Amino acid sequence: MSEHVTLPEGNVEKHTTTINLGPTHPATHGVFQNIIELDGETIVSAEQTVGYIHRAFEKIAEHRAPYQITPLTDRLNYCSAPLNNFGWHITCERLLGIKTPKRVDYLRIIIMELSRISDHLICNSIVGVDSGAFSGFLYLMQYRELIYEIYEEICGSRLTTNMGRIGGFERNFTNQAFEKLERFMKEWPPALKEFDEMFVRNRIFMDRTIGVGPISAERALNYGFTGPNLRAAGVDYDVRIHTPYSSYQDFDFTIPVGSTGDCYDRFLVRDQEMWQSMEIIKQAYQKVQEFKGAEAEVYHADVPDFYLPDKKDVYTKMEALIYHFKIIMGETALPVGEIYSSIEGANGELGFYLITDGGRAPYRLHFRRPCFIYYQAYSELTKGGLLSDAIITMSSLNLIAGELDA
Amino acid sequence: MALTNEIIRSRLMEKFGEQLTGWEEPYGMLTFTSDKNLNLKVLQFLYDDSELGFKFMTDLCAVHYPNQEGKELAVVYHLHNLKENVRIRYKVFTDIQKPDVYTACALFSAANWMERETYDFFGVNFVGHPNLKRILNVEEMEYFPLRKEYPLEDQKRTDKDDEMFGRD
Repeated sequence: MSEHVTLPEGNVEKHTTTINLGPTHPATHGVFQNIIELDGETIVSAEQTVGYIHRAFEKIAEHRAPYQITPLTDRLNYCSAPLNNFGWHITCERLLGIKTPKRVDYLRIIIMELSRISDHLICNSIVGVDSGAFSGFLYLMQYRELIYEIYEEICGSRLTTNMGRIGGFERNFTNQAFEKLERFMKEWPPALKEFDEMFVRNRIFMDRTIGVGPISAERALNYGFTGPNLRAAGVDYDVRIHTPYSSYQDFDFTIPVGSTGDCYDRFLVRDQEMWQSMEIIKQAYQKVQEFKGAEAEVYHADVPDFYLPDKKDVYTKMEALIYHFKIIMGETALPVGEIYSSIEGANGELGFYLITDGGRAPYRLHFRRPCFIYYQAYSELTKGGLLSDAIITMSSLNLIAGELDA
Repeated sequence: MALTNEIIRSRLMEKFGEQLTGWEEPYGMLTFTSDKNLNLKVLQFLYDDSELGFKFMTDLCAVHYPNQEGKELAVVYHLHNLKENVRIRYKVFTDIQKPDVYTACALFSAANWMERETYDFFGVNFVGHPNLKRILNVEEMEYFPLRKEYPLEDQKRTDKDDEMFGRD
């Protein structure tokens, strides 16, 4: 154990108090531990311990065919699993040189932005909970439910979605899926507006978050921050703009940035991103509606070597059965290559560094997990602050244990 | 003027000459290697040079190549120039018997945990690291699990026959 716990011989007291925040404390919202040294209520130092739910995904991935890796990515940031799934599929597509049809790109964007909303709404409402306002959290949960119902309509599952295929989706979006999407587009903005009214100019909330856990742009960059946490510090880096994937270049949206990098700015950036995501969803839905004829039915690229054939063909046609078997067993080898591909995950740049040696599984797959990289700044963010501020800082960083540990 | 791979390469060649080798551009990303003792000099130059300005460390990880004798472990840096939006990949190789590589912590705070993770899984000893201990695995662990000699499954299993599937 660390030396904090053992007191010097003969001495039963010391100036500071050591407390364990976590690993299963309700305020940590996940399994990770903080050993905090307190002087009164002021934090002298904080030491983080991670790894409680480490599942060796990188090792497992070295023995799995591409489709068996998708469920692993679900479990990274489990608040926005489809983003991880598509990030992995896009990596494979780049490696294989597959170009996806526009309709697939737009459908993916709808789902990716929905996931971004579902992730940010959890984070922001949890910040609310940690500042003492529980109702916002419960209220917004209803709308996450609407998002999960859309997922369910598309892939059959809700939290760990395992959604999509290399080259597109497993099936076309049903009418019910679009109806549910329309319902969400109608009901969500007023709810978010109410949520904004509850928090954004709320004196108590502002006092609790302004100037709490700040970080300068320079330090944030040095710490490898990405995503909303970096943008809250004032750097407008967004993978959707810098390296567009899935046809993000066809959309008109802005990247909200903050200035002080404190909890309040992080809250505002996420809040504005939800509004922007809504704009993107509207545009994408519009574009999807505009496809006519055969184009309006396209939901995957034509890549028989990697796209699983239709299930009913597998049961009735020999060729489809063979392809199904080959893909599931990973008999179509991946080409030799080395690629780094990233997408804008809900927490920042979610990167996949993939090395293949021509076998069925990756030779090496490394996940660049934004959470893991920015959590190391936590002790710097909280030092000198109050214990109650440390808790709100933690929730405003949006730490997801699954993404920390891989 | 946009920063292209050619410019980066010639700028680096000007400074380091033949000490940088293995120039490649897989999927458009400029990749090169150097002697492991040069890593800090190269990273510092990439960081400081006004033209290059690779001030953002995207990723740091290692790869194990058991068949490359004397160069079994590769430490891979992914750097990003956010202004010009250019990424590069820089690798150093090290002997697995003496896997000492200088730490990049002083230059990038982000490297701290990424190096700990790399140490945890591959046993790369980052010389000068302020707190080089395991991060995701338990501290009592005696091996480095992502090295290739450790199979995922128990090799004594007999209930699985992969002969028909062309696997190795």
